[in-house]
Amino acid sequence: MTITIPSFNLSSIGPWLTLTLAAVLILLVDAFSPKGRKGIFPLIALAALAAAAWQTYGLWGKVGTDFSRMVYLDNFAFYFYLIILLGTGLTILLSPHYLEEFGKNLGEYYALVLFAATGMLLMAASAHFIMIFLGLEIMSIAVYVLAGLFREDPRSNEAALKYLVLGAFASGFLLFGMAMLYGASGGTLYLNELAGKLGSLAALTKPLTLLGLALIIVGFGFKVASVPFHMWTPDVYEGAPTNVTAFMAVGVKAAAFAAFARVMFQVFPDFTVQWNMVLWVLAVATMTLGNVVAIAQTNIKRMLAYSSIAHAGYLMVALVAANQLGAVSLLYYLLAYTLMNVGAFAVVILVGRKKDSYLNIYDYSGLGFQHPALAATMAIFMFALAGVPPTAGFVGKFYIFSAAVQAGYIWLAIIGVLNSLVSVYYYLRITVLMYMRPAEAELGPIPFTYGLTLAVALTAVATLAIGIFPNFFYNMAVNSVRIFPGLTG
Amino acid sequence: MQLPIISVLVFLPMLGIVPLLFLDQKNDKVLKGYTLALSLAEFLLSLRLWFGFNEAEAGMQFVERYNWFPQYGISYYVGVDGFSLLLILLATFLTPICVLATWEDVQYRVKEFMICLLFMLSGMIGVFVSLDMFLFYVFWELQLIPMYLLIGVWGNPARRVYAAIKFFLYTMFGSLLMLVAILVLYFYHGKVTGNYTFDLLQMYGLSIPFNLQFWMFLAFALAFAIKVPMFPFHTWLPDAHTEAPTVGSVILAAVLLKMGTYGFLRFNMPLFPEAAHYFVPLFCILAVIGIVYGALVSMVQPDLKRLIAFSSVSHLGFVMLGLFAFNMQGVQGGVIQMINHGLSTGALFLIVGCIYERRHTRMIAEFGGLSTPMPIFATIFMIVALSSIGLPGLNGFVGEFLILLGAFQVNKLYAGISATGVIFAACYMLWMFQRVMFGQVTNEKNLNLPDLSWREIGYFVPLLLFIVWIGVYPNTFLRKTEATTAQFVAKMEKAKGAKVTLSHLFKGEAR
Repeated sequence: MTITIPSFNLSSIGPWLTLTLAAVLILLVDAFSPKGRKGIFPLIALAALAAAAWQTYGLWGKVGTDFSRMVYLDNFAFYFYLIILLGTGLTILLSPHYLEEFGKNLGEYYALVLFAATGMLLMAASAHFIMIFLGLEIMSIAVYVLAGLFREDPRSNEAALKYLVLGAFASGFLLFGMAMLYGASGGTLYLNELAGKLGSLAALTKPLTLLGLALIIVGFGFKVASVPFHMWTPDVYEGAPTNVTAFMAVGVKAAAFAAFARVMFQVFPDFTVQWNMVLWVLAVATMTLGNVVAIAQTNIKRMLAYSSIAHAGYLMVALVAANQLGAVSLLYYLLAYTLMNVGAFAVVILVGRKKDSYLNIYDYSGLGFQHPALAATMAIFMFALAGVPPTAGFVGKFYIFSAAVQAGYIWLAIIGVLNSLVSVYYYLRITVLMYMRPAEAELGPIPFTYGLTLAVALTAVATLAIGIFPNFFYNMAVNSVRIFPGLTG
Repeated sequence: MQLPIISVLVFLPMLGIVPLLFLDQKNDKVLKGYTLALSLAEFLLSLRLWFGFNEAEAGMQFVERYNWFPQYGISYYVGVDGFSLLLILLATFLTPICVLATWEDVQYRVKEFMICLLFMLSGMIGVFVSLDMFLFYVFWELQLIPMYLLIGVWGNPARRVYAAIKFFLYTMFGSLLMLVAILVLYFYHGKVTGNYTFDLLQMYGLSIPFNLQFWMFLAFALAFAIKVPMFPFHTWLPDAHTEAPTVGSVILAAVLLKMGTYGFLRFNMPLFPEAAHYFVPLFCILAVIGIVYGALVSMVQPDLKRLIAFSSVSHLGFVMLGLFAFNMQGVQGGVIQMINHGLSTGALFLIVGCIYERRHTRMIAEFGGLSTPMPIFATIFMIVALSSIGLPGLNGFVGEFLILLGAFQVNKLYAGISATGVIFAACYMLWMFQRVMFGQVTNEKNLNLPDLSWREIGYFVPLLLFIVWIGVYPNTFLRKTEATTAQFVAKMEKAKGAKVTLSHLFKGEAR
């Protein structure tokens, strides 16, 4: 018996390999180097991310599949690569000093982040449901551990356990959904074949297909933190180390949306009538609950957790629209969201100081005039998250609601903008505290380290820059979504 | 090469912020001096618009257009016509005055205050010159932030945060719905003409089915009606005015409110002319209610600023009534009344600011007999109060007379009721003036109040100059608006023939 190894091209998965090798390298260096040489881990990680980004640049424009049709090579995947690499790189910038304070600046942290990022890249490029599942698990298991990084802190433990248990359930749902689709399609899990098999209306309305689709929506809904599968989000985001929270809020969400969008846009583009109503309801519920509950939060991390739920809702509007512009807006918005959200978390880390002792929103009182530059950047992030021009957040929302209007979902657009209005209230409250309330006590020095300062400056400038000149990334996104012929408009 | 004057006007204040950042935080006078110089330069530059403006031309002038975001049909497209010219000049004219008014008033976070003021100026001009709906929306939202900070940071400590948030949320509510309407319009225009663009002037050419016009008009109107503010969307205004610092109130009243009326003139009416005709009764009734209600409520206010704030509701009601008359007198009167209100109410807020600086209270009951210690002040106050009432020979009369003339031709009832607003205005204004200025000095604290300083006189004189100028010879200003108004009226006249009834509504597709 001969085993034929199908031909493949390693460069197709170059970025994955780079990140994995770097992670292994970090673990090895950690094991064999004397204690105290920790400064090198973030450098290795950043170098690996840069190399992966460069490889992605080399891949840009390629179209096709590789590894026995398991991996997609297309710009849609590569755009997500860039978002994920950017989010990961920014996370790494946030980490060293923060972890040092807790005595947790360990090699395995950086390795886990890179492993998680590898999983995310996998999800973005999956051409097969099993690949999506593999990516999801590689990412999730690493993130479960990261959430529990501060193992002496009960809240961190709670976060990790909660995320693990609920995440396992979600994975179960997803797998079960895949099984149903496997049955419904007559035995395939390749996305392109599924699209062919389930494309007809008759196949689409079969109970088995619908059940499978529903279960998959539950699975993805959990990962993107959409209502009603969001229950874990606030606790996990609050309990996890802040840099990990930032990573979860941008990286995990982007990867989950990458897979979610690909499944929806590629496999079920014509399913508008049936599943769009479901997604419509989910989107509205997600936006509304996230925004309304965020108003009541006094812990900044919890507030940003609910805000991230709300943003998942906006992103789902793009899925509901299911047109070319919707796909473009999804990509652009995730990029903008990565920038502004990581920026906000970076400020949270800076203000938090001394083992996160200043996480209450009232700790921001008086920041505006004691640390004007820091407060100004936070104000930029808050206005961007609220969608006020001329920031990237505004342009992103503008695209999303344009897509909804174009697809005829005017009510959805109206609900969406009204939700932005609600969100203005709690984002504005941070600026109110920073500028309009006197400090309750002298804030004291804020330790501006290179990594954090760089991250804050970079994200603030980028948030404004791609808000004022969105052309480049818009064109890139348009280029990326051409692969979905099923999308109209 | 021709100087791109509009871009210079829009971006000069914004760029002027950069050197400001590096000036010494402690040295207030340098910060204020710099801002004053910059805003004066801005005003002088804006005079180029005034002198270079071709009165015979109805369309846009000084047009600049650059591709900003071509895939989406978004461009940086700006220009000036008869409607926006005067408003831009009003903004650039008032800003140096405002800086002068802050000289003694603002002592706290001066640098940040000046940054907000300059940012505000850029935003205001941007709103009035934008001919691309996306650009307009960006500026429209952008000027919210500095105003929000002005109220929230430098306002009255007790309730400033409440007022600032209320201001922000109210305005944002309207404008977000407008954003959806802009998008609907964009896609409709794209579908019909195949040309996806946010170009306002191209959209003017579109004929939109009535049922779509109906909803779009309402969406735009909500945004603008909140800003104006029309009854019953006015409740944010008294709070914002009362809590804002003096200069914040001046800019808010003089320029920001005009963005609402300007929006009606620039967007609502020309884009949806049939719907505009259809809604004439509703908006005229709201305007008339605003006129009478604002005046009546003014009468019973114990706080000077609140009184003036409610009088704004009344005055802006006149403007709306004039605009919805859709004839030469009404619209021209409305436009000139926007300027008048900016001058008189701006001056009134400055006057209250002067008193407040001296006594740190604005309660009418605290005062009485101020004309004895402060004769110059009393004279200026009297002139401004009379101009606000609409005394012939001063600016208020011209605007209100033209508006009533225009409204009378359309509907005698509205005009008749509105005319009572003038009478009520005389009541609340003169009664307030009497209680504050005349009689014996009843409160000892008022005995030795210093009269106006040269600086204060310095910023009232230009205001008084224009108050009298418009009152005596309004043609200087009316001429500039004539061609544009004529074109506007002609367009509205054409749409008048289209008879629509409610039965057409809700039928057929809406998108």
